[in-house]
Amino acid sequence: MTIQQVKMPKLGESVTEGTITKWLVAPGDHVNKYDPIAEVLTDKVTADIPSSFTGVIKEIWANEDEKMAVGDVICTIETEGAAETKEKTKEKTKEKTFFEKAPGDQSGRYSPAVLKLSQLHQIDLSAVKGTGKGGRVTRKDVQALIESGNPQLQPVLMPAAEKSQNRQTDSGDIIVPIDGIKQTVAANMVKTKQEVPHAWMMIEVDVTNLVRYRDSIKDTFKKAEGYNVTYFAFFVKAVARALKEFPEMNAMWAGDHIVRKKDIHISIAIAADDKLFVPVVKQADDKSIKGIAKEVNDLAKKARSGTLTTEDVSGGTFTVNNTGSFGSVQSMGIINYPQAAILQVESIVKRPVIIDGMIAVRDMVNLCLSLDHRVLDGLICGRFMQRVKELLESASEETMPVY
Amino acid sequence: MAVISYIEAVTMALREEMERDQNVFILGEDVGKKGGVFKATDGLYAQFGEDRVLDTPLAESAIAGVAIGAAMVGKRPVAEMQFADFIMPAVNQIISEAARIRYRSNNDWHCPIVIRAPYGGGIHGALYHSQSVEAIFANQPGLKIVMPSTPYDVKGLLKAAIRDEDPVLFFEHKKAYRSIKGEVPDDDYVLPIGKADVKRKGEDITVITYGLCVHFALQAAEKLAQEGINAEVVDLRTVYPLDKETIIESASKTGKVLLVTEDNKEGSVMSEVAAIIAEHCLFDLDAPIGRLAGPEVPAMPYALPMEKYFMMNPEKVEKAMRDLAEF
Repeated sequence: MTIQQVKMPKLGESVTEGTITKWLVAPGDHVNKYDPIAEVLTDKVTADIPSSFTGVIKEIWANEDEKMAVGDVICTIETEGAAETKEKTKEKTKEKTFFEKAPGDQSGRYSPAVLKLSQLHQIDLSAVKGTGKGGRVTRKDVQALIESGNPQLQPVLMPAAEKSQNRQTDSGDIIVPIDGIKQTVAANMVKTKQEVPHAWMMIEVDVTNLVRYRDSIKDTFKKAEGYNVTYFAFFVKAVARALKEFPEMNAMWAGDHIVRKKDIHISIAIAADDKLFVPVVKQADDKSIKGIAKEVNDLAKKARSGTLTTEDVSGGTFTVNNTGSFGSVQSMGIINYPQAAILQVESIVKRPVIIDGMIAVRDMVNLCLSLDHRVLDGLICGRFMQRVKELLESASEETMPVY
Repeated sequence: MAVISYIEAVTMALREEMERDQNVFILGEDVGKKGGVFKATDGLYAQFGEDRVLDTPLAESAIAGVAIGAAMVGKRPVAEMQFADFIMPAVNQIISEAARIRYRSNNDWHCPIVIRAPYGGGIHGALYHSQSVEAIFANQPGLKIVMPSTPYDVKGLLKAAIRDEDPVLFFEHKKAYRSIKGEVPDDDYVLPIGKADVKRKGEDITVITYGLCVHFALQAAEKLAQEGINAEVVDLRTVYPLDKETIIESASKTGKVLLVTEDNKEGSVMSEVAAIIAEHCLFDLDAPIGRLAGPEVPAMPYALPMEKYFMMNPEKVEKAMRDLAEF
């Protein structure tokens, strides 16, 4: 005994669907091959559908007056004898796939296109989920990963847990367990510090004008928008603008070549509890001071409530770190892999400065840049920093409007 | 712009070229008074007279031979083979004479002849009225083979073929003659021979084909677009010499290529396209190069189910495209 499926037949050259107007049989009825089982109406003809088998009607799938495409199953018939049918299904499956392929799991088989892309972007393919036949990783899977931002995150997300090292503990010492995030950060730091030849540069910027400007709008802004306009937003803005002029800085090392990113996505560091998050202000060069301030505010809120998404933290092309918020006046940041540089914005402090032979009290800030010396050199970084300095020192309502 | 059929575009191009250049003339079986068995030369006999639209005996070798001779002394003959299947008696003339003369005479002579012939199946024409013969000629340097898919391309390419200084085989799909219509400008334009045309842009898979199959691929692509599969359709237009640049560019872009021809699979034009991709695009390929073609059977059978089995259609193309996209 076998259950056979009866399909909507093709009733004419250009016919693609039909409506069963009336069933002539009911479940349990015995039918002979070629007996009419239903009446069908197409845009061309009204016809009977003949039974393809001899047997007992098992189930009716198609309702009366329901449009069915040619090839859709309309009912099932229980037949006797199985040998004949076996051959038929075999024939069907034979012509089914156009592309011959090895059966089963294809997840470990990579096409040249996939291998090329993964090597170019240093992607660990074993961590990529394939959507092709048999779980094969396709070119589109890899491209989607690259476009989603930081492909290198993928392998790093699963760092080999570091071996436990024996340290002598005395009574009163506390052992702090390391969670997954800390482990990842640690592995990332080690990788970056070992792989990337860091170089450093610091400039001091007179931000007296910026301080005056920001103070003048601080209260009205807070009242209008509901959140603070921080100095940080101005620094991010200045950096984004300078990056646009110096695309060399907005780049990544990729083994045998350098990738200069078109989009300017600024990673920012946000500390929440004892964790450090690095969300991204996307397309920072397109945004106003207000736009940046709002996004920084939103991202910080999300970080504190633990609701940052992968989207929020991926795709950064350059990092601006607000070390000044901890009172630091000088620091040497570790680059946020695989970016080419990180800029640390230190505390703004009042200092005596000599201008035109006179001593003045000015608001001064140090900007510290760590750079990947494979991608960048002192000349380009010096120019870039000069430009950031210029932008900040000339900050005013005209040059950096809030809206 | 007027919407006209594929075959009307043939007639239009012939008429315009005959009006433009006194040296252009037509010869073939029943092309004169009858206007051709498919009516491709309809009205030309009445307009240009029997000296410029010549009815010939049933002798393809003579049609090609006379045309070659006329071309070598300055005429612009357009010879018609009633069916591509009947070009066989003329092969010696075409390959040994027309294709070779420029090279053989060290550039002293050349042969600006066009040979038009309807090819292809799906019209219940059986063996001698359904064949594709392009592969026979597609390895003969000195020849050019043009196989357009749309009325617009027909006009621009046939005019270019007539103006070409060397022999051009111009194969017209007979099923496309009346089933394919499209906008064709009245003005005088030519399209470059040897240049493929991307008929539809896409990123997921590339379908490379020519002639009637272009329409099958475009129809299938529209259906697949609803499933989120975005196919690029490249119309070769000239199958010899091939437009390597366009082939390589599109194949490298998607990494998944399906080649479609109505001709028998082995040794077809598509085999050469596959070889070009294999030579140039290895590291961009994401799937095996697929060839969807007619079976290894001598020619299209007469019986309707058998013809359907042999003939390409949108469903076959769609299925192969989906399989490739899912690979």
